[in-house]
Amino acid sequence: MKNSVLLICLTFVIFNWSCAQDPENQVNNPKNIPFTPELMIDKMQIPWGMAFLPDGSMLVTEKSGEIIHFKNGTKTKVSNVPKVYNRGQGGLLDIEVHPDYKNNGWIYISYSSEEGPEKGGHTALMRAKLKNNALVENELLYKATPNTTKGQHFGSRIVFDNDGYLFLSIGERGARDENPQDITRDGGKIYRFYDDGRIPEDNPFVGQEGAKTAIYSYGHRNPQGLAKHPVTGEIWDNEHGPRGGDEINIIKPGANYGWPVITYGINYSGTPITDKTEMEGMEQPLYYWLPSIAPSGMAFVTSDKYGDWKGSILVGSLKFQYLERLVLDGGKVVNREKLMADIGRVRDVKEGPDGLIYVAVEGKGVYKLLPKN
Amino acid sequence: MRLIPVLALALWTSCAVYSQEADLEESMLRGKDIYMDFCVTCHLENGEGVANTFPPLAQSDYLAQNRTASIRGVKYGQQGEIVVNGVTYNNAMPSMGLEPEEIADVMNYIMNSWGNWSDKLVTTDEVKAVAE
Repeated sequence: MKNSVLLICLTFVIFNWSCAQDPENQVNNPKNIPFTPELMIDKMQIPWGMAFLPDGSMLVTEKSGEIIHFKNGTKTKVSNVPKVYNRGQGGLLDIEVHPDYKNNGWIYISYSSEEGPEKGGHTALMRAKLKNNALVENELLYKATPNTTKGQHFGSRIVFDNDGYLFLSIGERGARDENPQDITRDGGKIYRFYDDGRIPEDNPFVGQEGAKTAIYSYGHRNPQGLAKHPVTGEIWDNEHGPRGGDEINIIKPGANYGWPVITYGINYSGTPITDKTEMEGMEQPLYYWLPSIAPSGMAFVTSDKYGDWKGSILVGSLKFQYLERLVLDGGKVVNREKLMADIGRVRDVKEGPDGLIYVAVEGKGVYKLLPKN
Repeated sequence: MRLIPVLALALWTSCAVYSQEADLEESMLRGKDIYMDFCVTCHLENGEGVANTFPPLAQSDYLAQNRTASIRGVKYGQQGEIVVNGVTYNNAMPSMGLEPEEIADVMNYIMNSWGNWSDKLVTTDEVKAVAE
């Protein structure tokens, strides 16, 4: 009898433990690495975003303002690339192809742009087609305003969902008290567009006076990872928090992710930002990293090429310079693995149409993870 | 009578010193804003850096001995091996796209904070003169 009471107590304690996230969570070094990294594209400074074309070639952005077309082992510089505001974290950022690229040829690019009357820059979204290694039919689809000379938090990532909507993340541009909680201002938001840049009629803030109606969710700090869940079709993000506040979120229409009203992080100086980690009407993260890893890029593994990896998430760490694999179970992160330790600042990670994983590393280039089996 | 030019000189010197100190203080104040925007994520609040990844700026022998190279690094970016306080770092720092006056300000802040000390103000002209 005594034993069974103890057992019930123990079960209860363990159950409770497994529900709440451990405040300090740690990353493990796996014993079996199911891949060998191969530096496929070398000599790049800051490869920021990657996209795959149907002919097996790749487009890679270089933050300083170049697009590299990598085909049959050769790098070619793409011309007629938009002029970027290369300051701080700004520059040429993400690149993505239309889900129906084969038929329409549209390529989408996010970058920091000086367009507009004010000094400085803000994040812009454009699309173009690739012809003879030049961008043609360039169209500016969105430009966040107002410009600022702040060097921080441009975002940005581009992803399409299963219905063909384009999602774009824009960081709060270093104005945490002005932008993220105000839906009449750009920055600290995730946006949703039709593929031609028009704003969907059923976006959550359509009809609200003064609102930037492209906004889909708000209260973000600096999302630099955006990915579509392979089973549910939901859009997931990861975002840089302050010290100790990096998060993974599932993006829902009209939802407020809380920055800077609630956060698990503190200022870089160690002083508090807020004493609140939760509040009614604000979303809790699916996961938060402590300590912060400075996450960039995000990919779900859908192929069977890497042992039991299918269904897990890959995220780059800028701060600790490795690739992280997060194992999910029942909608929770149950294990974290450190891969490619000390490789360099991992800026982006994607699964290619061939089911292989590609990793963009600053100061290095693009690695292809060759499966061991 | 002979005292007057001496006094005048003393007064002029102290004014010049005072004005340079005031210049430094103002430049450092602006430089701190730049630092907190562009540098703090890697080099951290007190210039301590991240062990084996991002070199420290606080009491850095490299910074004290390589004034021009440090300005060049901030102005144009820097890549490859660098030895700071006996530790070898091999990483990349991109150019932040700062204006020359912003670089002068942030250099003055870095070179006079956290136990660092420099007897010569970094000026906008000095930054402009540094070639890639």
